[in-house]
Amino acid sequence: MSVVAIAALSALDLECVRGDELVFSNLSFALNDGEILQVLGENGSGKTSLLRILSGLSAASSGELLWRAQPLSADPADWQSQLHYLSHAGGVTGALTVAENLRYASALADRGALNSLEDALARVGLWHLRDVLTSRLSAGQRQRVALARLVLIPATVWLLDEPLTALDRAGKVLLETLLTEHALTGGLALVATHQALTITRAPLRTLQLSPAVVS
Amino acid sequence: MTVSRPALAILRRECLRLLRRRGQLSQPLIFFTLVAVLFPFALGQQSALTQQTGPAVVWIAVLLATTLSLEDIFRSDFDDGSLEQLVITSTSLPLACAMKALSHWLTSLLPLIVLAALMSFVYNLSAVERLALLSTLSLGTPVFSLVGAVGSALTVGVRGGALLLALIILPLYIPVLIFGASAVHNAALGLPISGEHYFLAGLAVLAATLAPFAAAAGLRARLS
Amino acid sequence: MFKALHKYASPMHFYALANAWTPWLFGISATLFLAGLYGGLVLAPADYQQGESFRIIYVHVPSAWLSMFSYLVMAGAGAASLIWKVKLGDAIARASAPLGASFTALALITGSLWGKPMWGAWWVWDARLTSELLLLFLFLGYLALQSAIDDRRAAARAGAVLAVVGVVNIPIIHYSVEWWSTLHQPATISKMGAPSMATSMLIPLLLMALAYQVFYFAVLLVRARCEILEFEKRAQWVKTLASTRLVAHAAP
Repeated sequence: MSVVAIAALSALDLECVRGDELVFSNLSFALNDGEILQVLGENGSGKTSLLRILSGLSAASSGELLWRAQPLSADPADWQSQLHYLSHAGGVTGALTVAENLRYASALADRGALNSLEDALARVGLWHLRDVLTSRLSAGQRQRVALARLVLIPATVWLLDEPLTALDRAGKVLLETLLTEHALTGGLALVATHQALTITRAPLRTLQLSPAVVS
Repeated sequence: MTVSRPALAILRRECLRLLRRRGQLSQPLIFFTLVAVLFPFALGQQSALTQQTGPAVVWIAVLLATTLSLEDIFRSDFDDGSLEQLVITSTSLPLACAMKALSHWLTSLLPLIVLAALMSFVYNLSAVERLALLSTLSLGTPVFSLVGAVGSALTVGVRGGALLLALIILPLYIPVLIFGASAVHNAALGLPISGEHYFLAGLAVLAATLAPFAAAAGLRARLS
Repeated sequence: MFKALHKYASPMHFYALANAWTPWLFGISATLFLAGLYGGLVLAPADYQQGESFRIIYVHVPSAWLSMFSYLVMAGAGAASLIWKVKLGDAIARASAPLGASFTALALITGSLWGKPMWGAWWVWDARLTSELLLLFLFLGYLALQSAIDDRRAAARAGAVLAVVGVVNIPIIHYSVEWWSTLHQPATISKMGAPSMATSMLIPLLLMALAYQVFYFAVLLVRARCEILEFEKRAQWVKTLASTRLVAHAAP
């Protein structure tokens, strides 16, 4: 009980059912401020399902999620205003330019303190492409646009689903740096990826999702 | 108001997104013209008959062309993941849905009304009929966008979504069709049509108050 | 009180309750059917205008009433699931839809059969019939949406939104169709327009309506039980139920 009270984010006995299939059950973990949790597991073990449940998009079939000792379901809007969810698809619109995508994202979030668009784009190395339609960019570049959202809009919790997809070596280093900085400023992150993350200056823990045992 | 900034951002972004995809935007317009042009071939060249059926044909063609454009209100946002971002980030999802419907009306239905005005000349409608047609279209088409947004939300990410969307939505459009078409008919007979105007305006107000909430509930149901 | 309500709304309790009630409901409805049919086909006199053909109202009118009622149940159950998270609502809404569609189709077919001797045509754009036809489309849209979405729970949730939207629309559709039909053909003969029905005709009609109503609930319970088993197939009580049934069948 004391662990639950201290941890910033904790999950108790989560169970996820997709369609008629049990994806995982009895999943519990706790995460403190400034910690990064790498979610591991084979395909179909429920990494994406877990992140979607945390993002509030879908609901766990049973179990409890606590954020600062309050159930997430008590005020989902408040919880969602503190998080970034980076999905598989990325959320980058092809018909808009890089800058338009990011300006839209920041206007939509409508959170007070934003970092400058220029900084965010420079950080992910896309400043020179700011006025190019994202449909013309490579998959890796589009993923960088999604990463720029993390820099542009401050949020306490990052939920990243396979963020390394399509990123090159430099992109991977960039993400690791962003994660480290995020953790050092007290942020939390859950990262679902198979690749080994090289993060030395912040606490990196792992969560292994195993295929559900059907009783 | 604190909600206005995201709302304006959504409106601006939607219009940009839709207007940049000119191919998709123009196809329903071409389809509308084609349908409206097909009828005289079936009806024969008697100008009295074509003139008489003109308003009904234009209404039906608008209806069919609209159902073609509804799918994209949420479809491509669902595909590229920005719909998830909208649901998570948006401070008011119903307001966001209303903005989506508004931008659909501006980019898809406003051009259709302009084309309908042109078509009224092709069908030789009188000035009174033309006025009745355009005024009822202006009042009735917002209902198409708003109710259509609900259908688009409910069928997002569903196999064969476009046809399913039409099946679900067309019965709900019938009251608008009835009042719109009969207004033009009555106007031709020299009867007053303010009743139809009031009814259509009432439907539009009702749709504007309820449909955004239904669309938001539909989106949450589809994304969960 | 709310707790007690939640207990009965729990799928497991509802399943047991439905199991116990179904045979009774079928029995009651069969009795009512026999009484209603005897009254309607034998005791009631022939209509002075329509002769024997009026007797189709004993099938047509209850079907039309039940078609509307099924939609209301579907929307109400859907709303309960959407707003109050009553899981049972999903099962009941999905169970009610095909039933409602069947009643609507029956009302349309019998209406058209009745229309032939009355109007001399199989189909007339009469306000009631047209509204009924549109109701059928609403049901078909709901069913199409259900079959297009694989996940049962997700399909039910989307269907609930659609059913609620439909319920708001039904009165609008009904009145606009009524207005439209009086506009275009003012001389429609109103079928139910007879100011007062003879008691000997009315009582069988009410009996038939009641029989339909009870029959609807009986079939609804059977269908809802199937839906509940599908929804809850991972729950322990369903597994226990399935294994005891298997054992019972295996025993000589």
